[in-house]
Amino acid sequence: MGSTIEPNRLNRRDLIKRAAALGIAAVPASGLLSACAASGGGGKQETGKKTATNPFGVVDNAGLEVIIFKGGFGDDYARRFEKLYSKEFPNAKVTHTPTQNITGLLQPRLNGGNPPDVVDDSGNAQIKLDVLQKAGQLADLTPLLDAPSIDDPGKKVRDTLQPGTVELGTIGGTFCTLQYVYTVFGLWYSGKLFRQHGWSEPRTWADFMSLSSEIKKAGIAPFAHQGKYPYYINVAIMDLAIKNGGQDFLNRVDRLDETVWDEAPAKNAIEAVYQIVSNNYLLPGTNGMTHIEAQTAWNQYRAAFVPCGAWLENEQLKSTPSDFEMTFMPMPSLPGDKMPFEAIRGGANEPYIVPAKAKNAAGGMEFMRVMLSKAGAIAFAQTANSLTVVKDALGPDVQLRPGTKSTVAALKAAGTNVFNPTYLYTASSLDVDMGNASSELMANRIQPAEWLKRVKAATQKAKKNGS
Amino acid sequence: MRHRKYPFIVGFLIVPVALYALLVIWPYLQTFGYSLTDWSGESTVMHFVGLRNYTTLFSDGVFRQALLHNALLLVFLPVVTILLALFFAFMLNVGGRGGTGGVQGVRGAAVYKVVFFFPQVLSIAILAVLFEAVYRSDGGGLLNGILLKLHLEDAQHPIEWLNDPNLVLWCILAILVWSGVGFYLVLFSAAMQSIPREIYEAALLDGAGRVQTFFRVTLPLLWDSVQTAWVYLAIAAMDAFALVSTLTPGVAYGGGPDYHGEVMATYLMRNFLYFGKSGYACAMGVVILFLTLILSAVALRVTRRERIEF
Repeated sequence: MGSTIEPNRLNRRDLIKRAAALGIAAVPASGLLSACAASGGGGKQETGKKTATNPFGVVDNAGLEVIIFKGGFGDDYARRFEKLYSKEFPNAKVTHTPTQNITGLLQPRLNGGNPPDVVDDSGNAQIKLDVLQKAGQLADLTPLLDAPSIDDPGKKVRDTLQPGTVELGTIGGTFCTLQYVYTVFGLWYSGKLFRQHGWSEPRTWADFMSLSSEIKKAGIAPFAHQGKYPYYINVAIMDLAIKNGGQDFLNRVDRLDETVWDEAPAKNAIEAVYQIVSNNYLLPGTNGMTHIEAQTAWNQYRAAFVPCGAWLENEQLKSTPSDFEMTFMPMPSLPGDKMPFEAIRGGANEPYIVPAKAKNAAGGMEFMRVMLSKAGAIAFAQTANSLTVVKDALGPDVQLRPGTKSTVAALKAAGTNVFNPTYLYTASSLDVDMGNASSELMANRIQPAEWLKRVKAATQKAKKNGS
Repeated sequence: MRHRKYPFIVGFLIVPVALYALLVIWPYLQTFGYSLTDWSGESTVMHFVGLRNYTTLFSDGVFRQALLHNALLLVFLPVVTILLALFFAFMLNVGGRGGTGGVQGVRGAAVYKVVFFFPQVLSIAILAVLFEAVYRSDGGGLLNGILLKLHLEDAQHPIEWLNDPNLVLWCILAILVWSGVGFYLVLFSAAMQSIPREIYEAALLDGAGRVQTFFRVTLPLLWDSVQTAWVYLAIAAMDAFALVSTLTPGVAYGGGPDYHGEVMATYLMRNFLYFGKSGYACAMGVVILFLTLILSAVALRVTRRERIEF
């Protein structure tokens, strides 16, 4: 049981503001009144003198307690951050707790009023950020944005971030989560395998199907997916549909407009994916596999493509042959796509928070300032093989693995064609119901028409229960 | 002495009863309180909604399906486990037929007893890892590997045990039985050993075979142990959370494919933590508590028989 379920690492909810920024005006729950609780409200919080190098007034011997979700990124990177922090505050005792069960660890402490100072609130057992925000459990991180950057004191931290980071981290009108990792989603293949057989990256779905038939003839399964966790195939289906229907389609999905499921983009996408099933292009058994089983089979060249987010390379580090040449590609284009082939799902995720009632909330924010320094971003890219929201942190001297390198290229090629659905964060029941329908479709127990019917009903249900 | 009896008893009981009330009874009462609210689980803010959670619950198709699955487990888990355990215990203790005509178990009984008990030693987490490998959905799985070697299935279409709506619940049942039989075997063995040997010898002299000995002598004298086992297994059947949540497919806490593996406890957890409907989940908890209580009471009542002294 590789009990870490990656999907939920692109957690949740945070994209509302970004949607608004793009002029989509989804702005769900415009009645999210409550702002994040002020960080000074705890009463017993320790603060010292604020200086230029210590903008939050961290008491230099105040302990710092860090809780890290130990999933696809591991937790070594956090130890590097902690080392950087200890350099600033050598007298502070830093406690490092890796876990896969954030809720179990955090919930009683939040309810008890003695939370840790920084939390990577991620993974399958993440506590929903909107819930925390509404409960006034999150510290306002605006001072972090306005603090001077560690690398260039003349610059504010907010000016060193990828565009969209502030919007993504804003819930209910206040910046209270730091979405640190920048992740893209698509299909992955082995550059070596493709070169060996003279295959090339398919840009259209038709090419993808004809290549799949060739791959099958070579005795390799064209497609594997992480069937036990239908999250992954949901991403693939939805990305096809969004690229086909464009931004307008995505906005309507996010608004839980159930009529989108009667229209062409949804139909085109699910019928395309069903071709994989009806042509028997699936890796045998893949529908019952965990993410690790499926991805490892792919690493063993038993399948050609697997859908995943950019954490894949780090997650599969141990099972990837050294000459595998892990390569990322966007979802292939369907006929009549409104977005170009290069368009990808991408965005910041892996939310870090400072609990409002944390004893050393100032230290928590300083920890984040360290994360947002170039040294922090490099430490992350090297130990967790992923990109961060820190702009231009990775100079040409920073060595990257092939998969990470290919995501950097894909992100550059995508330009402004990057999208990120928000329904995942606002309507978790839709995600679950869609997952059930997708599993049934992949197992060939239902047909595309039934899938559309079920997802439409699930959308209505999610809207009715309106979170 | 009589007047000092009660203070004496109270003195002994007060600490355990207080602890029990604080750590068991009070949380139960709290859960009942929360079940009447729209609590989200991560906040101290909640609103009283009366019995709305309960009325929603009874029209919730997924909950009913989960209830049905628990009911199926409830029927099959005790029956299969107890029958197997009784059979094995009987064979290990009195099923053998030595040349001398004495009453004894089959050859190697001591070894079997240890082997059968093994699964009981494994923690549930290890069971989950073990059976993930057993039920793996391709040729790498133990079952599929064997079926492939015997040419009983096609490598292109392996059986996806836990992803098959018709098999998933039975796969879980099989694990529960496999891991439970050893314990009840030892329980029944111990009870059998306390049955006087003369009774068996008398039965033997009267010409009773194994089957007759079992039904006429062993089972009636073991009834108390069987009854206890029944209640324990019924309670286990109402749970099954750990195995279902780790082994079956689905977005949060398994329950798949498409709710075919769902049990009440996994549905409760998904609502409690994933959907942020903790008040609703508490209502489920209360329903599960009462179902379990009623079941235990019924099981004890229905199986009550006259005790045979020996």
